[in-house]
Amino acid sequence: MVSLQEYENQVPIAWCPGCGNFAIFNALKHALVELEKKPHEVLLVSGIGQAPKLPHYMRCNAFNGLHGRSLPIATAAKIANHELTVIVIGGDGDCYAEGGNHLIHASRRNPDITLMVHNNHVYGLTRGQASPTSETGFITKVQPHGVISLPLNPLTLAISQGASFVGRGYAGRGDHLTALMKEAILHPGFALLDILQPCVSFDHTHTYQWYEARVYLLGSEYNARDKLSALQKAEEWGEKIPLGILYQLQRSTFEQMQPVLNNGPLISQKTDPHKLDAVMDEFT
Amino acid sequence: MHRETSIKIAGAAGQGLQTIGAILGKALTRSGYYVFAIQDNESRIRGGHNFFQMRARATPVLSMISRVDLLIALNEASLTIHQPELSNKAVVIVDSEKIKSIPQERPFPGIPLERIALEKCGDALYSNTVALGAAIGVLNLEYSCCDTMLREFFSPKEESVVANCTAARAGYEYALQHLSPTLRHSPPPATSQKMFISGHEAIALGALAAGCQFVCAYPMSPATSIVTYLAGKAEEFQMVLEQAEDEIAAINMALGASFTGVRAMTATSGGGFSLMVESLGLAGISETPLVVVNAQRPGPATGLPTHTEQGDLRFVLHASQGEFPRVILAPGSAREAFYLTIQAFHLADKYQVPVIILTDQYLAESYFTEEKFDLSQVEVARFYPSPAELRNHQPYLRYRFTDSGISPRIPPSWHGMETIGDSHEHGEDGHITEDPFIRSAMVEKRFRKLGPLAKELSPPFSLGADDADLLMLCWGSTYGVVREATESLLHEGVSVKMICLHALWPFPHEELTRALTLAKKWIAIENNYTAQLAGIIQEQTCRRAGGSIVKYDGHPFLLDELLKALKKEVG
Repeated sequence: MVSLQEYENQVPIAWCPGCGNFAIFNALKHALVELEKKPHEVLLVSGIGQAPKLPHYMRCNAFNGLHGRSLPIATAAKIANHELTVIVIGGDGDCYAEGGNHLIHASRRNPDITLMVHNNHVYGLTRGQASPTSETGFITKVQPHGVISLPLNPLTLAISQGASFVGRGYAGRGDHLTALMKEAILHPGFALLDILQPCVSFDHTHTYQWYEARVYLLGSEYNARDKLSALQKAEEWGEKIPLGILYQLQRSTFEQMQPVLNNGPLISQKTDPHKLDAVMDEFT
Repeated sequence: MHRETSIKIAGAAGQGLQTIGAILGKALTRSGYYVFAIQDNESRIRGGHNFFQMRARATPVLSMISRVDLLIALNEASLTIHQPELSNKAVVIVDSEKIKSIPQERPFPGIPLERIALEKCGDALYSNTVALGAAIGVLNLEYSCCDTMLREFFSPKEESVVANCTAARAGYEYALQHLSPTLRHSPPPATSQKMFISGHEAIALGALAAGCQFVCAYPMSPATSIVTYLAGKAEEFQMVLEQAEDEIAAINMALGASFTGVRAMTATSGGGFSLMVESLGLAGISETPLVVVNAQRPGPATGLPTHTEQGDLRFVLHASQGEFPRVILAPGSAREAFYLTIQAFHLADKYQVPVIILTDQYLAESYFTEEKFDLSQVEVARFYPSPAELRNHQPYLRYRFTDSGISPRIPPSWHGMETIGDSHEHGEDGHITEDPFIRSAMVEKRFRKLGPLAKELSPPFSLGADDADLLMLCWGSTYGVVREATESLLHEGVSVKMICLHALWPFPHEELTRALTLAKKWIAIENNYTAQLAGIIQEQTCRRAGGSIVKYDGHPFLLDELLKALKKEVG
């Protein structure tokens, strides 16, 4: 048995009171405990932003790297030791702007890692600028006439590029989010979990009330294995916002495609420099 | 006649001159000669003008000269371009029936390559193999040597092996009857099998010897050759190799694997290194071991993609915001490339720092004759704390303050424990801090590592008397040509000394300060415009250079051209 206390550390939390991050953080701890993962079996990887501070607030393995660069770190960490449960925690700026290229290629590679994006449609750490998911017309101090670009749709992007699990959660539905996180972590392959999260400091439109009036859970009649209907469902936004697993496919993971890993985790495999003797003969 | 010979194979990209060069070089090495070879290619896959040039002699050779004793011209343009380089009794292998005009001032017999290929093999495709066979004859080598090599190069299943051997033998016999040999001295009988190996192949072997198990890179000339070689050996050496979406992903993947406990490396050129710069600092502050090869080419921006320069020394020394310890190594030969690469992994692991290996197109693509590398001293230690040490220091603090500055590093899940890596300034526990006292102590902790690290570096290479009239300083790939120039001047009785730095950072203060104090005059010899090493030496020792010999046209120094420049310096 693993308890919630095992995941606790004494690091003071630096988020705004009422921030959706708290609920997401709570759901993550519950998901890991319910999956009976021990803290030393888990590696949280993050970049920079408000959400990426999360790994500091939990007792487990953590790598808090650079803005946007968490996916390459996590992909290779999983290659080095595929027995670890590797989870990336990011925000919409971190994962969809600075790290957008890595999202495309992680979707293609399909490493068995989970990307959880705290998507609040705004930049928190740098104080309120537009993010790639901000809606057209969103006014900020840097975009005084409103955002002129279209918002990026991370779900259709990931589905189209081969991500094998694409889901959407909401910070205001903790139990559903915990269950969704467990599914994402258990999924063998690259799982993107986009988590809707109100920003209490910089976005006064997408409030808890706004989301509560719109979100709904995908029912059992929904077929998450059909790519075209998943793309269609992922386009749904505005009056109604679907939550749940939008797309799921079983395909070989990045690790399974590495013949070297058939012999166990890379970190446990002993190398032998003396094998080089025969290789040097090839140059004579 | 000649105690040594200089061979140039020239033609268009795609004509197979690298294959001819590699076979000839290996044939000469197997016959007991020492060979040094360079490659000069344009940035294109077909056409244009490329060459492969080698020098062979009975004693070790480490530099190229402009004189050509045997020219294998695979097209007419090659003949026109390289004619001025031919020595008095040079032999030219060119298809005499295909070229329009044989120069009046330099008549030579030539050889009907295509006609022989058609007669013997029924296909003009084998003309180059006829040329190769002719070269074997002109070089006075055993024909069997060429035959064996062709059978090794082409899979025995390929029908072309028989045709290639037939073509080569025909060329060989033609040469014996019609052309005069250019190499008359037989080398001493070979005492051991030597390797014919390039700088980058040696780096790849070094990585394998060091137990590197993860390599990630984005293709960029001239770094790609390391990755290409390793791709063929990855499975055998329990290595995972990934082509990343960009250099930022490449370096971060290397860091992710390294943090998780696997030795990792990335390789790029200056442009890709520019993209890696922020992550180099991440390696610095998170104290994650990392080996980065920067194979230099002339910049800025795209520059001359397939040529050479030593233009990134200042750049890699200062790359990334903030201050953190780093190591810069610059091998000057294949042998040094092998051992320094092993040392790079050792230093990165032990001191938890980024180690940069600076090569360039010249070193990368140059071939050297080397004894097989000694593996008896190769040991892969990871420097993780023992379970007892971990027990004695509870709780485990990843960035614990220590006298050496080296904190206990463990991979995730090591003995059921958790670890952390952080890009922020952090406390001993790895969590974000803005405490000014801890900040200062962490900066000092990180820099403290350089003290013991510097003691592990071997002193610079030096040759000549301390009180020489002229001290020449160089680094990395210029080692061979400066060494041979020094030997030549010393042989003539000129009072010179050379020092070559293969470890540029931490800077070898003690050795350099001593040498510069004793020197009457010192100059730097560098393959760049601003004499970057001279600047660093001046900054570090407060002693001004008496001048510099620099070259920045994209090409390496040739021995004769360097000697000419040096003779002006020594009067």
